[in-house]
Amino acid sequence: MIHFVLLISRQGKVRLTKWYSPYPQKERTKVIRELSGLILTRGPKLCNFVEWRGFKVVYRRYASLYFCMCINQDDNELEILEIIHHYVEILDRYFGSVCELDLIFNFHKAYYILDELLIAGELQESSKKTVARHIAAQDSLVETAKEQASSLSNIIAEATK
Amino acid sequence: MAGGPSLMDSLFQRSLEDLIKGLRLHNLAAGTAAGTPESSTFLSKSIDEVRREIKSTDQQTKTTALQKLTYLHSLYAIDMSWAAFHAIELSSSTIFNSKRTGYLAASISFNSSTDVILLLTHQLRKDLNSGNPHEVSLALQTLSSICTPDLARDLTPELFTLLNSNKGFIKKKAIATVLRVFELYPDSVRVCFKRLVENLENADVGIVSAIVGVFCELANKEPRSYLPLAPEFYRILVDSRNNWVLIKVLKIFAKLVPLEPRLGKRVVEPICEHLRRTGAKSLAFECIRTIVCSLTQHELAVKLAAEKIREFLTEDDPNLKYLGLQALAAIAPKSLNAVVENKEVVIKSLSDEDVNIKFEALRLVMAMVSEDNVAEICRVLINYALKSDPEFCNEILGSILSTCSRNYYETIVDFDWYVSLLGEMARVPHCQKGEEIENQLVDIGMRVRDVRPEVVHVGRDLLIDPALLGNPFIHRILSAAAWVSGEYVEFCKNPFELMEALLQPRTNLLPPSVRAVYIQSAFKVLTFAAYFYFYPEEALAASISGVGESVHNGWCEQSSDSVSGQTVTFSEPDEGFNPRMLHQPQKDASGNDGKKMISDLEQVSSCSVKMGHFTKDCLVGMVNLVESTLRPMAGSHEVEIQDRVKNVLGLIELIRQEIHGCLVPKEEENDRGELKACEIVRVMHDAFSEELGPVSLSAQGRVPLPDGLELKENLSDLEAICGDFRIPVLSSFSLEKPRSLEKDVVTVSDQQNEEECEPSSESTSLLTEHRKRHGIYYLPSEKKEKVPNDYPPANDLSMQDKVNDEVDYLVKLTEKSLVPKKKPIAKPRPVVVKLDDGDRIHINETLPELKEDLISDAVQEVLLGSQAVASSSRTDKSDKSSNRRSRKETFRPLESNADSTTVEIAELGNKNSRRIKHRTHGKERSHRSSKKATGESDRSDRPNSSHPHGKHKSRQRADGMENVAAESPVIPDFLL
Repeated sequence: MIHFVLLISRQGKVRLTKWYSPYPQKERTKVIRELSGLILTRGPKLCNFVEWRGFKVVYRRYASLYFCMCINQDDNELEILEIIHHYVEILDRYFGSVCELDLIFNFHKAYYILDELLIAGELQESSKKTVARHIAAQDSLVETAKEQASSLSNIIAEATK
Repeated sequence: MAGGPSLMDSLFQRSLEDLIKGLRLHNLAAGTAAGTPESSTFLSKSIDEVRREIKSTDQQTKTTALQKLTYLHSLYAIDMSWAAFHAIELSSSTIFNSKRTGYLAASISFNSSTDVILLLTHQLRKDLNSGNPHEVSLALQTLSSICTPDLARDLTPELFTLLNSNKGFIKKKAIATVLRVFELYPDSVRVCFKRLVENLENADVGIVSAIVGVFCELANKEPRSYLPLAPEFYRILVDSRNNWVLIKVLKIFAKLVPLEPRLGKRVVEPICEHLRRTGAKSLAFECIRTIVCSLTQHELAVKLAAEKIREFLTEDDPNLKYLGLQALAAIAPKSLNAVVENKEVVIKSLSDEDVNIKFEALRLVMAMVSEDNVAEICRVLINYALKSDPEFCNEILGSILSTCSRNYYETIVDFDWYVSLLGEMARVPHCQKGEEIENQLVDIGMRVRDVRPEVVHVGRDLLIDPALLGNPFIHRILSAAAWVSGEYVEFCKNPFELMEALLQPRTNLLPPSVRAVYIQSAFKVLTFAAYFYFYPEEALAASISGVGESVHNGWCEQSSDSVSGQTVTFSEPDEGFNPRMLHQPQKDASGNDGKKMISDLEQVSSCSVKMGHFTKDCLVGMVNLVESTLRPMAGSHEVEIQDRVKNVLGLIELIRQEIHGCLVPKEEENDRGELKACEIVRVMHDAFSEELGPVSLSAQGRVPLPDGLELKENLSDLEAICGDFRIPVLSSFSLEKPRSLEKDVVTVSDQQNEEECEPSSESTSLLTEHRKRHGIYYLPSEKKEKVPNDYPPANDLSMQDKVNDEVDYLVKLTEKSLVPKKKPIAKPRPVVVKLDDGDRIHINETLPELKEDLISDAVQEVLLGSQAVASSSRTDKSDKSSNRRSRKETFRPLESNADSTTVEIAELGNKNSRRIKHRTHGKERSHRSSKKATGESDRSDRPNSSHPHGKHKSRQRADGMENVAAESPVIPDFLL
């Protein structure tokens, strides 16, 4: 299973963290520091796997972002690479040629998409289309709710009650 | 107007986007160095805002506030545990966005120590039952990440319902969540497991994928429980064309096959088929891994895997290369050929730019090491070590050291070579393995007698090189070199040179502990020199009469028989200072090794030139040298050094006396006192030539417990006794008393001590009184002298020999029988002293008790027991299945015919029950009903229909029941 997912920028800034195994907060910060030291220093032509604390961290760089996933020793590294790519493709489709800024300003959406893709550290949905459909459906739910909530009359009604 | 602040908040609230922009602005504007204070004030200001806003009654405001906080928490590690309640509050909102934000915050920030988590239970239950699938999905996602045992227990019924949901994506999520729930609340297995198993037959690939993922995780922990599901997995393996699913199924089989060998025969063919067919590297690699880990008995499969590995290795993609090397490493213990075939790639990978690949290649190279190629491989590796960066260099050295020393140096035949390799390693510039090399040098010196001359030679080379003293990493090696040179000084070709090396000025760079070893070695060398100066005849006589040195000479003669050239005899000691060495050429002439002989001749001749002059002057010279160097160190602050220097100086005094005595004509006029000095020198030499052997780890355990020593009994009384002491100590203020009492506590009550500290009469009486009352804690005084004699000295050679006789004999035997087979080696492998199994640590022998997993317990119960519950013939079935389980344990090795038939019957019954169960629980599988209609018989053959072998087998089973039963007595229905 996947123990955690990290998105780290080339400058070492964390863009997203998702923990599927329990790590206390202190440990999390330590892990992030250790791994960014380990991964960001690796050259471009090396393999995408790092052995770390008896686990394996599979990472892949897209533009300025490193997508990292930590797995057990006997898990399939290539499969994880595919999952990463899968995630990136879905993000790309959702945001329309995604860039780091999209993820910065829509961090919650990145989470929602990841949640559709992975649950409990397991791949949940291998179809890009299905994920996109679910996210779109949820967004439309949000939009209708927002419209109701944000209409001025509503605010006034709320304020004066 | 109560809503006033809320209106203001919602209108002028900083949005998430504003927050992020603000953070970025502050980070960027302030630059890198001074950025922290300003951005941190902005951060704390934002958090204050959030704290205010989150209390708002307006949902929208609250949502935004929580979202901001979540952002800060996940990326800036800001604590948000205080907002847990707000997250729960929002999760109950009717507005989807608020709910989603609330759940996201909960899933990110909650952990098992969040106390309000139980408040979420109700909301989760409500949402799990919701009609809106997206709400259900949210609740499931949240549950999967924050599940606690309590939540798991309370929500199991809802999950159970959701496992049958008609919405595919809900079902999938429920399945994945079940994994977490199982872990935290094993009882839920009893409820949900059956439904999980049913879903294995689902037509939806996504659902199968999810469920296989769950089983893969479960089987990882305790594979045995899932053996009964092997047929289902097999069907998926054969039928599925989805790579995600196949990878997981392969992982499951990798776990199951080692438990049930017959399973291997079944799955090997489909796995090879996938391997041949697939273009996806991930699946291909998984097939390879399954084969090399679990299917190594199947040669064809291994061969195919090796072929594919070669393809991986020749790819340019570093990922594939790395994985290929890993697979090779996994295959290495079983089929070394595969590794050797790819030797070139592996060796080349040692200089790969990727550290991971280098390390993997190194591991592989070490796996290839055998007696025949160890020298060659080490040569290559040392060359790499010289070229590579410090880290990898030490990794290489470390793996050479550990591989060569494995199992008492079993791969080493030529110890001379290995010892010189150790010496060479010390000179590798980045070497930091001093400690390990030190241990091995000393260890080999002690264990392998025949190699001692070479050890001394290597030690000398290291010691005389003043450059090495400057490198703190190899001080430990120098310490070992000094120790072996001193301990085996009789093999030294030139003691003067050695002495000079040991005392050279740069030794002041050494740490005190190592320096102490140097001085101790100098001490031994000096003793040796003095002995051979004073007692040339004595040495001869000793060798004949066998007094004192008998052990020593005994093995010398032995070794001169077995090893040509390396001899020690005392026939003509007058010829020179070190008669053993002078004799070498004569013996060598008869030896085969001409080259060596010549070099030895040269050395000895140069030596003998020196020795020719050696009489008193040389010894005096040596003594003077030692004295002038060591005298200033007598005042050293280091106790170890001071102690040893004093010893040496004492010896020098003795020798001085003796030398002056020698001025007087030699034999008759010897004064008594002078004789005594000589005597002492001899005794000391004898003491030093006593051999030190390796000590078994279990040596302590073999010391017999002396009679009357009761260590464990009545220890609890000790406190009472200590209490007894405290009272008198408090009441009287004499100075001596505490001291003597202290000694009493540690029960050192022998007479010497009593004399030393001279306790006052008061305390003596206390003591005797105490002895009377608690005599058990005192050692009986008359026994004290005897007891130490009962202990066998740890290094007692004769004792050790007795213990090791058998082992050594066996070792010799096997070596003699093995060596000629491999290749005619000029020199037989020298005997390596091994102690009995005590040298190995015992912990490994006692396997840890297999911990009964709660989950697997429940799973077994469901799989084997409760099938019966579902069927009509309840009691009968459960009886039989439990019966079968016990049989599984007891009758497996026997395979008695009578038993197996009854088992078969029981299994048939079980099969029926399963069929019945399938019918009763197959409600949701309407697509199956048509199949069902075609008949029961079709159904019973179902698992086989996909597989020709299986079909054949099923017919066989129909023909002759006993036949099949005998063939597969235990769990035939698990297989196909």
